[in-house]
Amino acid sequence: MKHLKPLNKKALRIEETIASTDEDVIALQQKPMHTPMGCSISFSPGWEVDAGGGTAGLCQPAERDIYDCYVTCFWPVQVPDHVNYSPDWASNCATAAKDWRSLDIIFP
Amino acid sequence: MTTVLAPKYRRGDIHLFDAQGEGFVYLASAGAIFALDEGAARVMALLGERNMAYGEMVQALIEADYSRADAEDLIRELRAVRGIVSDEIREAPLAPPAPPEDYPLQALVLNVTNQCNLACTYCYEFGADKIATPAGKPKYMTLETAKTSVDFLLKSSGDREVPHITFFGGETLMNFKLLRDVVLYANEASAAVGKRMTYSLTTNATLLTDEIIQFLSDQAVGVTVSMDGPPDLQDKRRVYKSGKGSYAVMEPRLRKLIAGHKTRAITARVTLTEGVTDVIRIYRHLKDDLGFHEVGFAPVTDSGEQTYTLDSDGMDTVVSAFHELAAEWLAFALRGEMHGFSNVSETISELIQGTNKSHPCGAGLGLVGVSPSGDLSPCHRFTDADTHVLGHVTTGLDKEKRTDFLTRGHVGAKYECSSCWARPLCAGGCHHEAFVRYGDTGHANLHYCDWIREWTDTCLKIYGTVAARNPEFLERFAARKGLS
Repeated sequence: MKHLKPLNKKALRIEETIASTDEDVIALQQKPMHTPMGCSISFSPGWEVDAGGGTAGLCQPAERDIYDCYVTCFWPVQVPDHVNYSPDWASNCATAAKDWRSLDIIFP
Repeated sequence: MTTVLAPKYRRGDIHLFDAQGEGFVYLASAGAIFALDEGAARVMALLGERNMAYGEMVQALIEADYSRADAEDLIRELRAVRGIVSDEIREAPLAPPAPPEDYPLQALVLNVTNQCNLACTYCYEFGADKIATPAGKPKYMTLETAKTSVDFLLKSSGDREVPHITFFGGETLMNFKLLRDVVLYANEASAAVGKRMTYSLTTNATLLTDEIIQFLSDQAVGVTVSMDGPPDLQDKRRVYKSGKGSYAVMEPRLRKLIAGHKTRAITARVTLTEGVTDVIRIYRHLKDDLGFHEVGFAPVTDSGEQTYTLDSDGMDTVVSAFHELAAEWLAFALRGEMHGFSNVSETISELIQGTNKSHPCGAGLGLVGVSPSGDLSPCHRFTDADTHVLGHVTTGLDKEKRTDFLTRGHVGAKYECSSCWARPLCAGGCHHEAFVRYGDTGHANLHYCDWIREWTDTCLKIYGTVAARNPEFLERFAARKGLS
């Protein structure tokens, strides 16, 4: 951590715990490529890949799909957790159809 | 269908404090201490005025010359440690979990006698607010009961390699012969099972002899002396049954003890009462004139209506003197020297660990008291009180009664504590004091709340200052406390 300096043993343990969770996260851009194959039980288009196996050429950004998982889907998936860690991920997206560009990837 | 989430952030369950012009945060849910950089302190200050949305916090930091990435990092860190929390999150109320079924014992307090050669007027065992019911019970512990107690401790101490016995009374030294036999027995019995027993005792020092002092030193028995100060203060309430003060009798013996006991620190434990509030003069006398290694102070335990009760004026006098000694403690620490004011030292050692207590002390958990009859109680203060018996050394702990005591005393069961930032160290305060004051061991000691918060804040500021200017001292200090 850069802005908070742990000063006692309990604070050090909290810092270690936070650091250890960083390694749990597999994001789309990491190697080896993690390729999500879509969501079979909803009408959302799901996570898709373009012809090149990436997300750059999609007509809608992957983040747009993730937004549906984030707010409306009951299934626990690898999307920003709006209860504990990323409650504000969609705060700049008042209307998804219009503001989807302001949804960003989470970098833990 | 989309739902727009626009949470705002507020300060978490924290206490903010400043030291050396820097900002710090104490996390009440964990007992952790973090130093805040300028930006983090700025966010905390802003949230002190009103709750803010994420975008607003980022914008405020950008206006203070932070890059967007840095501002987002900062907020993420504060959120990760729960220094700030979304106002959409409601923490579940603290609920006392079931106490551990089989918690290994660390210490026994053996009340080797309930008799005393003094008659201190404020005594919780014999005074006006006593809860003990000693009628018809043995006055002195027998060797058989003591040996059974040692065996009980060894059997119940699980993997703990260095269990501890504290000898207590009454006046402990009125049964010195037993104490000596117990130490010799426990040394052998613990060695036989691969453990090492350690010892301490509390005494009024009036019955010390050369032989006793030699024994205590040889066996490394830690000694705490109950003493209230120089002659005029000591003799005010620490008196014989005739009313005669005890200073003149104890003083020469005490000097011999401090000179002759080479293996453990000798500490004084002062009880503050009406008229016995000159903490500075008491400290100087005990530390500088008599040579105690450490001196700790505590207000008398009472129902609040006794002639010796420390009233709020008396408490104010005490608190301002505490601050004076605390400043001295800090000056010593910055020079790398140990100061003898236990009330700061104890708090600092807990802050180093980040202690976050489920219960105010180990009573009924890692520690139990044994009365002369062999009855078990949560601690020495409940000795011989019929209503607080937790079993017997021959039959072990009564699990049902122990569970009731621990569930009642859990900090989560004390409603007032749930919103208090000082609960990690206090956890509601002494079970015995709560019983005497409110008739329930599980009641928070509300008459001390303001004082505890003020004192914890003072010690946090000392901690922050030492961490900033002489951090190595804290490491040395932590090691020292670990050994004692």
